[in-house]
Amino acid sequence: MKRSKRFQVLEQRPVNQDGFVEEWPEVGLIAMGSPNDPKPSITVQNGKVVEMDGKKRADFDFIDRFIADYALDVEKAEEVMKIPSVELAKMLVDINIPRSQVVSCFGAMTPAKIVEVVEHLNVVEMMMAVQKMRARKTPSNQCHITNVKDHPALLAADAAEGAWRGFDEEETTVGVTRYAPFNALAILVGSQTGRGGVLTQCAVEEATELTLGMRGLTSYAETVSVYGTEQVFIDGDDTPWSKAFLASAYASRGLKMRFTSGTGSEVLMGYAEGKSMLYLEARCILVTKGAGVQGLQNGSISCIGVPGAVPSGIRAVLAENLITTALDLEVASGNDQTFSHSDIRRTARMLMQLLPGTDFIFSGYSAVPNYDNMFAGSNFDCEDFDDFLVLQRDLKVDGGLRPVKEEDVIRVRNKAAKALQAVFKELGLPPITDEEVEAVTYAHGSKDVPNRNVREDLKAAEEMMQRGITGLEVVKALAKNGFIDVAENLFQLLKQRVSGDYLHTSAIFDKNFKVLSAVNDLNDYQGPGTGYRLEGQRWEEIKKIPRAMKPDDF
Amino acid sequence: MEISREMIEAVVRQVIEQVYSKEKGKLSDSMYQVPNEPSVGNGQLRLLEIGKALKGNKVDEVVIAVSPEFGLNKAQTITGIPHGVVLKELIAGIEEEGLKARVIRVKRVADLAFLAWEGAKLSGSGISIGILSRGTTIIHQKDLQPLNNLELFPQAPLLDKETYRAIGRNAAKYAKGEPTDPVPVRNDQMARPKYQALAAVMHNKETQMVDKNADTVELQVKWA
Repeated sequence: MKRSKRFQVLEQRPVNQDGFVEEWPEVGLIAMGSPNDPKPSITVQNGKVVEMDGKKRADFDFIDRFIADYALDVEKAEEVMKIPSVELAKMLVDINIPRSQVVSCFGAMTPAKIVEVVEHLNVVEMMMAVQKMRARKTPSNQCHITNVKDHPALLAADAAEGAWRGFDEEETTVGVTRYAPFNALAILVGSQTGRGGVLTQCAVEEATELTLGMRGLTSYAETVSVYGTEQVFIDGDDTPWSKAFLASAYASRGLKMRFTSGTGSEVLMGYAEGKSMLYLEARCILVTKGAGVQGLQNGSISCIGVPGAVPSGIRAVLAENLITTALDLEVASGNDQTFSHSDIRRTARMLMQLLPGTDFIFSGYSAVPNYDNMFAGSNFDCEDFDDFLVLQRDLKVDGGLRPVKEEDVIRVRNKAAKALQAVFKELGLPPITDEEVEAVTYAHGSKDVPNRNVREDLKAAEEMMQRGITGLEVVKALAKNGFIDVAENLFQLLKQRVSGDYLHTSAIFDKNFKVLSAVNDLNDYQGPGTGYRLEGQRWEEIKKIPRAMKPDDF
Repeated sequence: MEISREMIEAVVRQVIEQVYSKEKGKLSDSMYQVPNEPSVGNGQLRLLEIGKALKGNKVDEVVIAVSPEFGLNKAQTITGIPHGVVLKELIAGIEEEGLKARVIRVKRVADLAFLAWEGAKLSGSGISIGILSRGTTIIHQKDLQPLNNLELFPQAPLLDKETYRAIGRNAAKYAKGEPTDPVPVRNDQMARPKYQALAAVMHNKETQMVDKNADTVELQVKWA
């Protein structure tokens, strides 16, 4: 065939680098509305669910049972299930119906009913609903801090810059597993240098992650995954009960935590039982609710390439965020993984969460260049900072970031690297040289910093855990070396786990360590003039991007 | 301690055996008859089941645990590397370090960490390499938590022949208890948008081959 030049041009467009597949409902490669999804139903006898979504109690798998026994409001279930789904869908977008009323209905709905309700909404209605249903009134944002070399000083500098730019939570992970203690330590010191009260986590294997938290080297956890089919749970050597147990281990130490799930994981792991991605995700969200966990990271997360490849997949991703909020859970709403080669497509996908605002619009935004992102890349990275700031300013919407000055960023990066240098010295870890401090202060990414002696680092990281180093030793090391303010921030952070106020739903700290959560900052959106309004000081801050010219200069 | 004639003889015998076994470990005399380049060409692979896989007692072996569909059907990774080539590189890497590879197939699970962990428990050295049909690879050790690992290579589209060879070498080094630098981490943030849905399709074909009640089997590896 003689080729059309137009088609040849189109072929070269970034969007055509993305993978797309047709639906395959038999294995669950379908975003919403699989022919194998159950129809909503419930029967309650003597305060016990005896039948749910067309399945008798005797036929329940362990997820059904967990949901029926721990997540559902049994008293209201039969009454709410009788309300037509389209009426419940209207409640989500009706500004005259307060959030609390919708929450109480969603708590009494089965997974199949929840999915049927949100299927009535288009994406604009879903965004309206998220604006009303998210738990915390003030929206916020989370970032990733990683690098391909696991370079500790670079991690500290990037964590400081991320905190300075406005992220309220920072998440790291590792290139090499055994680097985990160093990475946790580095972003802990860096974050508290940039802004006291920023929460940090280190996403690694669950037992290590819990140990790091108990040691005070992290202040929250997120990568505790739940799944929508029994087989995938079993493949991970888990059950809803074991996950609930792990959640309570965090709570018992006064550590914030949330679960993680997302559309596409079950089909990616080959056991979706022919069910749609959204139906299975609704089950995950209810498992989270049933476990008594305050929140959930979802929005497909690391499986975004799967819903992203099928029709209505990105709508399903927004729908899962919405369901999470409607069940009164904190939502860290994804946007945290490379999703498309196309700038148009990745921006459109992100607007679904930025415009209504969520508890964490990204979970997280890559505050390092994507080549250094060890979560395999995020939907937005540090090279998009200025675009993001302009979007906030164009649309008058709060995405959690603020414009910053180059000299301030250089200053906090340098201070963080020096603080970590002092901590390493004090704890007897392989030294961070002055050359490394200098390099990471001005670096864009790990290509700009020297290599470490990896073997020595790994040995020292292992010994650091064996020696039982905790957050308190880090506080002492900082104080002894003159980093009094950083030491105080870190000490404050450790004290918070005693009071436990930040275990409330959607909790973050402001710079004075005042908790902002769904208890004292509950979303009260009920139409124009209510809810979160971007105004006053915060709007002035967002307006002032450095590159805007002053009329007086002409 | 008294030094007897018998002791000296025993030591000499051991040394000779070791040297001999190292000689045997060379590629030309490998138990798998790994063909030299470029005769491997398309890497046509035949995996013959030779019975239930048992726990090895040789400390110089590394187990390669392959997934239920590996080497069957299309028998290539997500980027089209023939499974025969992948296996050849892993084995060659292990043998370069003077150790031996033993290949088994785990049939009851298609989860990479668990199939590799099972391999590690069967491995005389306690070290295994696990691999899925799409190419995702892990180095595991029997005393670790199942979902932990020594090294994980989660982005199959980035794994090339050289990387598989290096993974084989590193697994062998761990087995010998030598200090080992991890295979350099590679990262391509655009692998997901391009390949993830395809990975889902491939993995569903893999899990359709899972037989929960099947024993893990020892494989004889042949290249056509």
